[in-house]
Amino acid sequence: MQTRLNLDPAMVAEARALAAKAGQPIVAMARTHTTVSVERAVLRLAGLQGADAEGMPLVNHLVDAVRATTGLEHGVALPAWDALLTGGFDNLAALAGAAARGKVAFRIPAGPDAAAARAAASAALAAGIGRIDANRMQRQRMIEQTSEPRKPWIYLIVATGDIFEDIPQAQAAAREGADIIAVIRSTGQSLLDYVPEGATREGFAGTYATQENFRLMRAALDETSRELGRYVRLTNYASGLCMPEIASLAGLERLDMMLNDCMYGIIFRDINPRRTFIDQRFSRQIHARAGIIINTGEDNYLTTADAVDAAHTVVVSQLMNEFFGKEAGLADGQLGLGHAFEINPAVPDSFLLELAHAQLVRELFPDAPLKYMPPTKHMTGNVFAGYLLDAFFNLCGVMTDQSILLIGMMTEGIHTPFLSDRDLALENVRYVRDAAGRLGESFVPAPGGFIEQRAKQVLGESVALLRRISAEGLLTAIADGTFGITKRPADGGRGLDGVISRADGYFNPASEILEYSERALAPDSDLTAAAQTGAVR
Amino acid sequence: MTAKIVRPYGDTTGDGRIQVSFTLPVPFGTPAEKARAEGAAMQLAGKMGLDPAMVVHAKGMGPDYTFFIVYGRVSHLVDLSQVTVTEREFPLLSPAEVNLRIRTGLGRKLVVVGACIGTDAHTVGIDAILNVKGHSGEKGLEYYREIRVVNLGSQVAVPDLVARSAVEGADAVLVSQVVTQRDAHITNAKEMSSAFRAAAPRSGARRGPLLVVGGPRFDPSGAAELGVDKIFGKGTTPGEVASYLAYALAPDAPGTGGTGMAGGGAVEEAGALA
Repeated sequence: MQTRLNLDPAMVAEARALAAKAGQPIVAMARTHTTVSVERAVLRLAGLQGADAEGMPLVNHLVDAVRATTGLEHGVALPAWDALLTGGFDNLAALAGAAARGKVAFRIPAGPDAAAARAAASAALAAGIGRIDANRMQRQRMIEQTSEPRKPWIYLIVATGDIFEDIPQAQAAAREGADIIAVIRSTGQSLLDYVPEGATREGFAGTYATQENFRLMRAALDETSRELGRYVRLTNYASGLCMPEIASLAGLERLDMMLNDCMYGIIFRDINPRRTFIDQRFSRQIHARAGIIINTGEDNYLTTADAVDAAHTVVVSQLMNEFFGKEAGLADGQLGLGHAFEINPAVPDSFLLELAHAQLVRELFPDAPLKYMPPTKHMTGNVFAGYLLDAFFNLCGVMTDQSILLIGMMTEGIHTPFLSDRDLALENVRYVRDAAGRLGESFVPAPGGFIEQRAKQVLGESVALLRRISAEGLLTAIADGTFGITKRPADGGRGLDGVISRADGYFNPASEILEYSERALAPDSDLTAAAQTGAVR
Repeated sequence: MTAKIVRPYGDTTGDGRIQVSFTLPVPFGTPAEKARAEGAAMQLAGKMGLDPAMVVHAKGMGPDYTFFIVYGRVSHLVDLSQVTVTEREFPLLSPAEVNLRIRTGLGRKLVVVGACIGTDAHTVGIDAILNVKGHSGEKGLEYYREIRVVNLGSQVAVPDLVARSAVEGADAVLVSQVVTQRDAHITNAKEMSSAFRAAAPRSGARRGPLLVVGGPRFDPSGAAELGVDKIFGKGTTPGEVASYLAYALAPDAPGTGGTGMAGGGAVEEAGALA
């Protein structure tokens, strides 16, 4: 098999085997534990919505009440549906309201009562997951009725804090050429142990992720997709303490892509590593089922560390994300692995280094819809130089066949982009795509040359680091500060108190469906079609 | 022989030539709309003091907006003798400079303990300063190799904060207060500072950690009244806090005086993963 970089297939295979070895113990841990957020996600998938007068969601009340009485070792479903059936409540909302007032005596049912609770819970979850399946088919229908945009997809961000301001901005951005709209979340939503409720009009540098905000924005983009004859995708963030719940809401409201990294919350938000990995596995099972493309956050490593020195940590994280993603049921076409154009432009041959890194990632993951992030760290306020740097980013993106380009703003780091900043950015990428879009097919680095050598060096460093991680264990590596530069011990950080060891009779009606479901529904159009010649597998 | 009075320089001394770009909410579709849009840009340029002005580029953006690039000559004079520079008490340092100053001046890692005290559960502020994630394009204090951060989170009782600070050997204690009902932020800050004073009375040489409070409703000039060393108000960035800590706790050493290059804007995907 030919590759443009002449990578050693044995070394690539070793890298994957090491990633699997490092990841296996984490998967085993995730399979034997649950979290408060996983259990709340079960209730959300069963249709429980709403909040009390203070804004605390009913799912939190119900899970907290069950935890306080029977504990969550058996999962929330058995005691909750048992109480629903035997307590004469009309629905989960009524049960949750009574539970919040301390009026429900939960128990772990046995015998026929247990069987009845299981059956009722399973039926409720089958309906919820049925809605996710229907959404997946609806997405496919929408794409057929409109059209699939050509790659690379252009990814733009909106975030005013007010969903009703976000909507016209998102529609305008789509008309200007965006294929993907991402609504940035309010700062610090990661650290909330509940999902806010309803349409929100206030946020800190972003808009809260809520089920109603998801619904409103998707409906607006459907309207715009029909107007433009091009399916416009919607992205949000399944990260932080409520990752499983937000993933579920994304599936229920037909979001198309979700930021969902295996280690981001640990490193950058000091969320407990165990909590993160358990939450992440459930989230990815939902994403897999919903046909959602995940976006991973490797670009972040390059904003904290030097993009040349740390290039191999990106590859290592991508391989870990790939392992965890596939284990949870994601297809190659759903793995939007991230990386970034963050090398200091003052470094000699910086563009060649960027090409080497981007082409390496392309060849390692030939079928993945790679997400390529623009320069941010070396955007200096010289908007003219920044515009040039963004053009080189776009050029590297088309030459190395990246799938999703987040569009760089020349005013990065100065202000929320002006309308004109966004327009100029789109003009930049349009020019590069039209002028050099087919350059990739002719981009064959000289055998033995600088680009090939650099790619091989990064792959070699990645394998060396993976050897260390798989030997000492991923949790130890994270505790040692291997990723980013922060040390995150396995028992530190936020959210550990929400981790629960599963008892023998643990029952999760969502997992029962997701673990054993037929993963491959209809393949998502061209996402599974690799356009890559000479790919290493 | 520096001139006291100067004008903008295009390609000839004193030509006063500048370039500006802006957007007006006017359509740029039909010839009539285009003419009107350019006229509107000329009017704005004129009011801004550009005379003569030339619209060198106009482009419609969607149905309702037009982007302009305008060159022109301004008649304004810059009087250099009237330029005032506001100086902060401490130099703004880049992360590398902060690390260097701590390394050379302190000779060990600087320990910061952070918390929201009282009933305040709003950790947005303290997290924005402490988490690697940071804000406004600046990484939080965890990003600094020479700073060890202990973030105690929200609703920390003052006695616990004092005790934990002693255990950690805190050089500085950062307290964030967002809730201001009945001046809770003032009361809490005073309670905190007197508890630290009681635990380690100050006489002459410093004893006990440097006390820093922050929050949107604090008056940055009221440190003495609250019994703390420093108050940071609305809009404070992690780089400012790090620079202050290095200035206050690590004696200056040659070559760490600051180049004013703090910040340097590593903004992720405008807050990737929020």
